[in-house]
Amino acid sequence: MSILVNKDTKVICQGFTGSQGTFHSEQAIAYGTQLVGGVTPGKGGQTHLGLPVFNTVQEAFEATEADASVIYVPAPFCKDSILEAADAGIKLIVCITEGIPTLDMLVAKEKCDQLGIRLIGPNCPGVITPGECKIGIMPGHIHLPGKVGIVSRSGTLTYEAVKQTTDHGFGQSSCVGIGGDPIPGSNFIDILGMFESDPATEAIVMIGEIGGTAEEEAAAFIKQQVSKPVVAYIAGVTAPPGKRMGHAGAIISGGKGTADEKFAALNDAGVKTVRSLADIGAGLSEITGWTAS
Amino acid sequence: MNLHEYQAKALFAEYGLPVSKGQAVDTPEQAAAAAADIGGDRWVVKAQVHAGGRGKAGGVKLVNSAEEAAAFAEQWLGKKLVTYQTDAEGQPVSKILVESCTDIDQELYLGAVLDRATRRVVFMASTEGGVEIEKVAEETPEKILKASIDPLTGAQAYQGRDLAFRLGLQGAQIKQFTQLFMGLAALFQDLDLALLEINPLVITSEGNLHCLDGKINIDSNALYRQPKLQAMHDPSQEDEREAQAAKWELNYVALDGNIGCMVNGAGLAMGTMDIVQLHGGRPANFLDVGGGATRERVSEAFKIILSDQNVAAVLVNIFGGIVRCDLIAEGVIGAVEEVGVKVPVVVRLEGNNAELGREVLASSGLNIIAADSLSDAAEKVVVAASGESQ
Repeated sequence: MSILVNKDTKVICQGFTGSQGTFHSEQAIAYGTQLVGGVTPGKGGQTHLGLPVFNTVQEAFEATEADASVIYVPAPFCKDSILEAADAGIKLIVCITEGIPTLDMLVAKEKCDQLGIRLIGPNCPGVITPGECKIGIMPGHIHLPGKVGIVSRSGTLTYEAVKQTTDHGFGQSSCVGIGGDPIPGSNFIDILGMFESDPATEAIVMIGEIGGTAEEEAAAFIKQQVSKPVVAYIAGVTAPPGKRMGHAGAIISGGKGTADEKFAALNDAGVKTVRSLADIGAGLSEITGWTAS
Repeated sequence: MNLHEYQAKALFAEYGLPVSKGQAVDTPEQAAAAAADIGGDRWVVKAQVHAGGRGKAGGVKLVNSAEEAAAFAEQWLGKKLVTYQTDAEGQPVSKILVESCTDIDQELYLGAVLDRATRRVVFMASTEGGVEIEKVAEETPEKILKASIDPLTGAQAYQGRDLAFRLGLQGAQIKQFTQLFMGLAALFQDLDLALLEINPLVITSEGNLHCLDGKINIDSNALYRQPKLQAMHDPSQEDEREAQAAKWELNYVALDGNIGCMVNGAGLAMGTMDIVQLHGGRPANFLDVGGGATRERVSEAFKIILSDQNVAAVLVNIFGGIVRCDLIAEGVIGAVEEVGVKVPVVVRLEGNNAELGREVLASSGLNIIAADSLSDAAEKVVVAASGESQ
């Protein structure tokens, strides 16, 4: 078991023939992901990486019965791409692209919610179930099939957590990057709920950062509805207020969204928090009693 | 990106919103001429900087003659204004806004902001105008009235009327407020705003609504489709190094410590600053070099980090997911040689070919210290920085 994706997940790629789409599709195929085709308007009927190219998501969906779509198109066109995938009936949309205007995301997110479609991202590394399906830009080789579910707002911090859980021999059930934007398609609560219901997930690592109140909302949810052990790390203790720290969503505004508030809320919810990102693996050992192999 | 008050008010005027007659000027002579041109016998002169709290800092003044307006311009143009929202240096003043004077009966607040929790643009109105709205929100949250905008249908007039009645407005003010609300909602949508604030929105002695101040912040992700707003960018209001970094699409934020940080990924960059502090050091900056971390980008990043005189050591922390660490190591070596880095550089490489990357660094003969873990890197750079400053 796992969440969101597994060995049976059929995936199409929007922005398939572009440089990003091509590179990461090659990597996904090499990892064993069931990539079944791609979409590039105007290139329908061609073959790319040995797979069919379609003009529209509707055509791709009808021909392949894809379960998921991954989006690599440039930011100005992402709202259109997300809405196209949603309209075609794709149930899981993973948007990797960074820099999408916030007002575009408000519309895309609202529409996906109304249609009951799961949107992951944007501005995220994607979703992986190790050994089965990789959708996104994460390096596959650092992962190990296993029992820890990882959810994070940051790409490279996810990789750090993955590496530590791999090095300790715990492995990962699934890893989800929800992205660093102010309006993510899915939030911590959505993913935490899935990990709680997933039999393969025995413990959860949650990686947050400054800005917004998603971590505080997650803390309240964990207190009420998550029985599995959770380790959390929040980046940005040293970040000054009012400055955007790379990610569009990582900004302390009006004194709200600080790392200290988030650590406090998570501690209050019984979560094992670690102040150093190097301690995620050790934190897991501490609350689960697992020993590193 | 922030706009100046005079720019925000020009946009308000384009959307038919009531603003004072005014002119933004660059010289004392122009200030005097503007006062004469606007007419009347009293004017407000305002220093234009990207920061609030100007009034208390002496950056806003009521004047009774064109000569006084010129004197105010003389006093502030080319100087820096320090307010509670700026740093100790202050923000440079290069324009003065000269406006006709408004007689005020009551001060209100009207703003709009992206609410991340509800995923809506939310308008906020309050009878407690002219003061810090954060304080009002904290102490008397019931005095903040809200209207949430559905992204699929946009703002509706009834939402404006509802706010107007709840604010206790009367007669013609209801219609005025509703028009103001609809105009601001259109402005927010058309121009990709992230924040909009009129504080105060006043009721004049004649009973009319009037925008006395204007603050606008634009969603940086949407600037590509807002050419008119791009032209309003004032780089003099930003940190010089941050502006230089932006040219190379590097994300840099200056801090006040002495350990320069160069990291790939925004989250990891913050995490690296935090771990430096946990080990007793003080980070000098946030810097995300991005996924590529090529020699060229690393060189530019070094130049920006080292332009801060406080930097006594640099920590390079790269998680090579898809790129190979030995290539990154060569990039770092090339950059250190090219830029002529004098301070110690601690490098932590993880991921693809990390072992080989460390060997490449070790055999470079340069002042580069290879670290084998995150904690190790943080310890080594803190030691290196303290040694350098003794």
